[in-house]
Amino acid sequence: MTRRTIGSWAVMTLGVLYFFLPLLATFEFSLRYRRGVYSFEAYRIVLGDPRFHETFLYSTLLALATIVVGVLLVVPTAYWIQLRLPRLRPTVEFITLLPLVIPAIVLVFGYLRIYNSSSILPMTANDRTTDLLLMFSYVTLAMPYMYRAVDAGLRAIDVRTLTEAAQSLGASWGTILLRVILPNVQVAVLSGAFLTFAIVIGEFTMASLLDRPAFGPYLQLIGANRAYEPAALAVITFAITWGCMALIQVLGRRAPGKTAGAH
Amino acid sequence: MSQTASAPTSPPIASGAPPRRFTWELLGVLPFFLFAFFFLILPTTFLIVGGFQDAEGRFTLGNIRDLSHPTILKAYWISIQVSTASAIGGAVIGFFLAYAAISGGLPRWVRPTLMTFSGVASNFAGVPLAFAFLATLGRTGLVTVLLVSLFDFNIYRTGFNLLSFWGLALTYMYFQIPLMVLIMAPAIDGLRREWREAASNLGGSAVDYWRYIALPVLWPTLLGTTLLLFANAFGAIATAYALTGSSLNIITILLYAQIRGDVLHNQNLGYALALGMILITGLSNTAYIVLRSRSERWLK
Repeated sequence: MTRRTIGSWAVMTLGVLYFFLPLLATFEFSLRYRRGVYSFEAYRIVLGDPRFHETFLYSTLLALATIVVGVLLVVPTAYWIQLRLPRLRPTVEFITLLPLVIPAIVLVFGYLRIYNSSSILPMTANDRTTDLLLMFSYVTLAMPYMYRAVDAGLRAIDVRTLTEAAQSLGASWGTILLRVILPNVQVAVLSGAFLTFAIVIGEFTMASLLDRPAFGPYLQLIGANRAYEPAALAVITFAITWGCMALIQVLGRRAPGKTAGAH
Repeated sequence: MSQTASAPTSPPIASGAPPRRFTWELLGVLPFFLFAFFFLILPTTFLIVGGFQDAEGRFTLGNIRDLSHPTILKAYWISIQVSTASAIGGAVIGFFLAYAAISGGLPRWVRPTLMTFSGVASNFAGVPLAFAFLATLGRTGLVTVLLVSLFDFNIYRTGFNLLSFWGLALTYMYFQIPLMVLIMAPAIDGLRREWREAASNLGGSAVDYWRYIALPVLWPTLLGTTLLLFANAFGAIATAYALTGSSLNIITILLYAQIRGDVLHNQNLGYALALGMILITGLSNTAYIVLRSRSERWLK
């Protein structure tokens, strides 16, 4: 028993070292901008860089659009599968997992060939439609996570009874989805949204190949050309990821499936 | 109350829907299937078909044959090696971490802390991860410098280089280990305490317990998740690109260069390259799904 506990502590200590040393080292490195003295100079430079503002704003807007479109696509689909088309569940689940199977770089390669400026649907012909294509790419990337979150949320509530109750009060399908189902899976949707945000904000491959001024390619550019700023950017990005995940955890504790006990 | 009110007054919910409403019901999932068609099926099919065509669109197996070009084969091989190393490393360490946190006799707060952290770390990939490891194990990284000043030990003298095979595998493990922890934890939970007690009542040792009970129950999950980690690393590019630039010739970096500037001087060979990647990640994911359904026999 004690030997097992000692072994567990040893494994855990090694794990903590492996996972915290890089974080500590990144933070320490980001403070080294001035020779011989720790300073926040690298952060000052990064945060004052207009390209940081532009690319960060661009990626934030893109992430928000991705979340909206993703929710509009996933919630009605998962709802309808649960309510009316359970026989299609395996097919839909399989499709939502495809973005984890097909590498992102392969997907964007296909987009570039199908939607290039000389094709029938020339989405890369101008910047606005390329933005649209990039957003759809991100909806695809986020789909496995968004679908699983929403599906779990829908399973925790009694979709059928809620729908029947709303219908008997004369609600239309739009009203049911927007005012009955969505509020009930709010926590699940928000979890999916934060995860989507964490994925999209620093995404490199798709943004870079579609040649859009997103935060991921900016990070790569700074990494290739500067010494201490990348570490500062990594600390900032990690803080964002951590913030998103912490919000998911906080939300998870308030999930209706856990506290109210829908069944 | 809602049940009594709704049961008689809601004909659309009635089970056994008449066939004429069949198409109308499918309309509800039409947007999803359209989206999947345009952004998943069509692009993938285009690349797969293109892999079997020449520049004029005629059927050929020439591109598949040309995949055996040394540059391409080597890129596939390095990718497979890096992915295997990081998958096995991630799986072994992730398993021990999860096991230690769940049944290692540690304080209760360890487990939720580990799970929360794993959720964060499994999403901390891409370009910033490369920065973090450069700051840690790069030539002027904290750990490198500390080892020299404390123990006069320079890891770069031993032939280690962060911008190489083992450096990349070690970096990938930063998101592989947490993913393993997240997937293994429920499986380890499924090992019932009674099984261990039954084994020891029958005179079995800890080794017997692992050999005849725990491992036979866990191996589909262990192997399946290792394959999932393999596919996870195989398709990754951002970390490798930010870490090594284009000095380490892995398949995703070669494909990136091909997409940007047709470095292979044959568009259709590029499609075949992508086809090979889909095949490899597809096979390992399929094996994962098969093994996962096998493991559900014992672990509920």
